[in-house]
Amino acid sequence: MHRVNQLLRRLPVWAVYLFGALPAFWLFYLGLTGGLGVEPIKALEHEYGGLALQLMVLTLAITPLRRLAGLNLMKFRRAIGLLCFFYVSCHLLVWLVLDVQIIGEIFADIARRPFITIGMGGFILMLPLAVTSNNVSVRRLGRSWPRLHRLTYAASLLGALHYVMLVKGFQIEPLLYLGAVIAALGLRLPAAPFRRQQPAPKASGGT
Amino acid sequence: MARRWTNDLTLADATPEAAFWNRRQIMAGLAGSGLAAALGTSVQAEEALDPNTWEEVTNYCNFYEFGTGKGDPSAYADRMTTRPWSVTIDGLVDRPGDYSFEQILGEMTLEERIYRFRCVEAWSMVVPWQGFELADLLNMAGVQGGAKYVSFETLYRPSEMPGTAYKVLDWPYREGLRLDEAMHPLTMMATGIFGKPLPNQNGAPLRLVVPWKYGFKSIKSVVRVTLTDQEPPTSWNMANRREYGFYSNVNPDVSHPRWSQASERRIGGGLFAKRQPTLMFNGYGKEVASLYEGMDLARHF
Repeated sequence: MHRVNQLLRRLPVWAVYLFGALPAFWLFYLGLTGGLGVEPIKALEHEYGGLALQLMVLTLAITPLRRLAGLNLMKFRRAIGLLCFFYVSCHLLVWLVLDVQIIGEIFADIARRPFITIGMGGFILMLPLAVTSNNVSVRRLGRSWPRLHRLTYAASLLGALHYVMLVKGFQIEPLLYLGAVIAALGLRLPAAPFRRQQPAPKASGGT
Repeated sequence: MARRWTNDLTLADATPEAAFWNRRQIMAGLAGSGLAAALGTSVQAEEALDPNTWEEVTNYCNFYEFGTGKGDPSAYADRMTTRPWSVTIDGLVDRPGDYSFEQILGEMTLEERIYRFRCVEAWSMVVPWQGFELADLLNMAGVQGGAKYVSFETLYRPSEMPGTAYKVLDWPYREGLRLDEAMHPLTMMATGIFGKPLPNQNGAPLRLVVPWKYGFKSIKSVVRVTLTDQEPPTSWNMANRREYGFYSNVNPDVSHPRWSQASERRIGGGLFAKRQPTLMFNGYGKEVASLYEGMDLARHF
């Protein structure tokens, strides 16, 4: 794990932003050119939503991975979190502009359809997180910054729930995402394994 | 009775594609007027329906026995054995029994119908089906006086259906119609599209098509037809009674809890396809509205 961390340390953060954002453009290009099948609007919406959920789980996993496995991705946490917000925004934009299209129906859907209400709730919770993801905000907010950013927990639960409620019938995949989110949050509870050994500095970073 | 008709060659083999589609549209018009005569009503010349492409119809399917993704059926349905195939017709009929697919085809007259197809998920297609009227099949078995409903079952064969490893629905897939809906001349059993046998993902070798109802009512790969005197349980209704009614008529005024039904998007329009308004009874109101006279369609949705 030490070697992996050494290698990761050499990876610049901008590379994560760059390679993380590329799939969004690639998928859009595929949608334009028929690469996403005969119904590209839904395919694109689902691809963006899926990537957002995966990045959400990864963001939540960074702390447990460091504490339990010694894998240090802290350097990339902000980038991964912002990429997650980027894909949530893409997902929302596809839904607004390409899918529903009609302003009246957009508001009716948000108000009337619980899975959309919950999805919008998740997006709104992510807005202050995205806005304060810069060094100035971290300094200015001081001790409120980490408290504010615990909104991630609520947003990720809403995001996973949004997917569970969207699918028809009893499907496994959305439950796996919800399970992953709940597990990642559960590891943060006071009784979780790494909480108890928190004072041991050796557990972090594998130094 | 017509002899069995096997569709080896299609008009597409003999004519340029544009001429093929023109002819199909004319045939759709003829089918409409023939139907109007049968019903004793005057149906205006139906606007020419421009069918979706083979690629669209066969690659964007819901068939949860093969997986819940839209691409799963076309990817996995070839595992399903469709020969031999037989359909059990039982319940309140004079001649119950297992009818082989060939036996059924031998008794039926195949014809082409171009129908709008509307999914509950608010997408739609136009499909050129080949098949026969369900009424003919039911008459072959001899419907008894006490029958009020028809229930259908899809093949359930886990070894060939990877999606059934998960209890997405209570397998086997079940659907049902009221007898008058089943006997309606628009209701057909399809055996082909575009003049070719049905691909497995579209419900080979024999599926129901009820064009004025949401697509999930048009049950695929039928192995059992039962005449009953009671409303049969149906899969989506069992899974979620609030969202999927027994009737599930296409109705822009009754909002589904998860999809607005006021508009729909036709498959195949690309990334910037516009929505279009959904028609009551999917545009077949003149033909079928009388079936529901006196019923509150918001309650019996």
